[in-house]
Amino acid sequence: MKALTTIKSRFVPINIENIDTDQIIPARFLKATTKDGFGKNLFRDWRYYNDDESKTRADFPLNMSQFDGEILVAGKNFGCGSSREHAAWSILDYGFRVVVSSFFADIFKNNALNNGVLPIQVSDEFLKSIFLQDNNTELTVDLEKQTITINSTGESEGFYISSYKKTCLLNGYDDIDYLISIKDDIQQFETQRA
Amino acid sequence: MPKTLFEKIWDTHIVKTIDDGPSVLYIDKHFIHEVTSPQAFTGLNKRGIKVLRPQQVVATADHNVPTLNQHLPIKEELSRKQVEALIQNCAEHGIELYGLGHPFQGIVHVIGPELGLTQPGMTIVCGDSHTSTHGAFGAIAFGIGTSEVEMVFASQCLLQSKPKLMRINVDGELNKGVVSKDIVLYILSKITASGATGYAVEFAGSAIRSLSMEARMTICNMSIEMGGRCGLIAPDETTFEYIKGRKFAPQGAEWDKKLATWKELYSDADANFDKEIHIKAEDIQPMITYGTNPGMGIAVSETIPTTVTINENDRSGLAKSLTYMGLEQGANIKGQKVDYVFIGSCTNSRIEDLRMVASFVKGKKKAADVEVWIVPGSKQVEAQAIKEGIDKIFEEAGFQLRQPGCSACLGMNEDKIPAGKYCISTSNRNFEGRQGAGARTLLASPLTAAAAAITGFVTDVRELLN
Repeated sequence: MKALTTIKSRFVPINIENIDTDQIIPARFLKATTKDGFGKNLFRDWRYYNDDESKTRADFPLNMSQFDGEILVAGKNFGCGSSREHAAWSILDYGFRVVVSSFFADIFKNNALNNGVLPIQVSDEFLKSIFLQDNNTELTVDLEKQTITINSTGESEGFYISSYKKTCLLNGYDDIDYLISIKDDIQQFETQRA
Repeated sequence: MPKTLFEKIWDTHIVKTIDDGPSVLYIDKHFIHEVTSPQAFTGLNKRGIKVLRPQQVVATADHNVPTLNQHLPIKEELSRKQVEALIQNCAEHGIELYGLGHPFQGIVHVIGPELGLTQPGMTIVCGDSHTSTHGAFGAIAFGIGTSEVEMVFASQCLLQSKPKLMRINVDGELNKGVVSKDIVLYILSKITASGATGYAVEFAGSAIRSLSMEARMTICNMSIEMGGRCGLIAPDETTFEYIKGRKFAPQGAEWDKKLATWKELYSDADANFDKEIHIKAEDIQPMITYGTNPGMGIAVSETIPTTVTINENDRSGLAKSLTYMGLEQGANIKGQKVDYVFIGSCTNSRIEDLRMVASFVKGKKKAADVEVWIVPGSKQVEAQAIKEGIDKIFEEAGFQLRQPGCSACLGMNEDKIPAGKYCISTSNRNFEGRQGAGARTLLASPLTAAAAAITGFVTDVRELLN
């Protein structure tokens, strides 16, 4: 997993609520046996008409040249629905390291964190402020301080992440390394229950 | 200290807790399928380790399989490769696989319970969000991502933070024509598609108690559609009766021992919930969805909401949803033409669902311009349906009985609904493109779906019941 410390970047706004993982990556692209290459199909059916790459939807933010950056900003309840981790893989593969929303679905949040993508839950008001900014505005995410700042206005908000997950992300550690390291505890637990 | 059902199970599965971090939760049963497991096996191989407890893992192929001619090789190359990868991975790691051709094959959330693998008090995970289904037995069961599948392979544990607790009580008598799918669609319409995010949801009350195990599974199945981490129902005599004698159920003295512990699995009278909701069973009518998330549901007899009448959660998305669905604010949903009827999925593909549909359609014929697919949840459900002659009833009605799999629930395998077509579906999600790019899904109960199959349009099933 790639470590993440601070990110200063412009952002791509998708001001839609309840974005489910079927929109992030439609099921027909889940047939791969590796984690690579999902980015090109991120939001596939919102990016193209009739699944045709030559027919781009001009009004979808990923297709608008004025928007760019490593931060995706979306409406509340982002990532609901299917548990497919392919959603997190496609977001990462496309080039995003941070997703900002006022609410995240549980499974997506875990999947994102397990892949070095930081989900930042902000207040409804702060989310509204971001959506009001123009496309040149940069956001600064400081994981160490747990803050997100709108650079043009100086508005800033703290966000929650458990200190365990924070350490993982700052250093690029994953949960599996940790779980393997406590194998003796797990075996002891199994023996006690038996 | 009084405990909830959830806490009784949770507390006995904690290996240790990290300071200001998650707990290490021990997993009793791990179900896997072809779509969300290959990258987890690759991860293990890269680390040079094996599955720690292969005897606690059970595999099947369901998402990607065709539902016709299952004896032939899978035509689509990528799907075939994914299913072949599962076969190879299971062989390499010593995991029991109920793959295509096996008499136990089927949708993972159908076969676990029917084989008696799913039991009260267990922690159960699977790389599929509808793992919540198994909670109907009084288990903590939830969907996980592929990294987490790898974690469970490597350690039989997961890092989890304890969710908040919610109880939804449904009390009273159900109306005629109302079944468990209507209950859960009604709850969703009240609390919205994010109403239970961050919570483990216990379903309780006399109306829930009155349900069969299969009907309870339908409710827990869709707890994820409210955003719930899991859904669960306290086990009772109905639960024990269902499990007893099943293939992998405990036997003899082991049964007695287990039964004694299962009987302790209920929320204590004064246990504390972070949130509690009360619903009157009498208020529930046959339900249907009109929008593009499962919370966008109404009674079949109601009109589609307007931006004035809709709940706040769905207000901003209403226009986009209705444009996609080709429906109008304030219009009747009853009378809406349907093109396809899909009765299947981990929500409603069990033998009771098929019996319910068969007893309703017996002697009736489907509308001429409607295509009707009945997809049993497992080989065992299929065999039972044939044994009971249900297949003949479907044949006479013009319904197509296909072979087990996830089928048209998710637009991944060969079974897709064409763009722009309306499908009344007993599945769990009506997201844009869920049943195929551009497909328009109306979620409903097996009874309401069967009624539409006969008339060709959205129908209040009560008008056709004696």
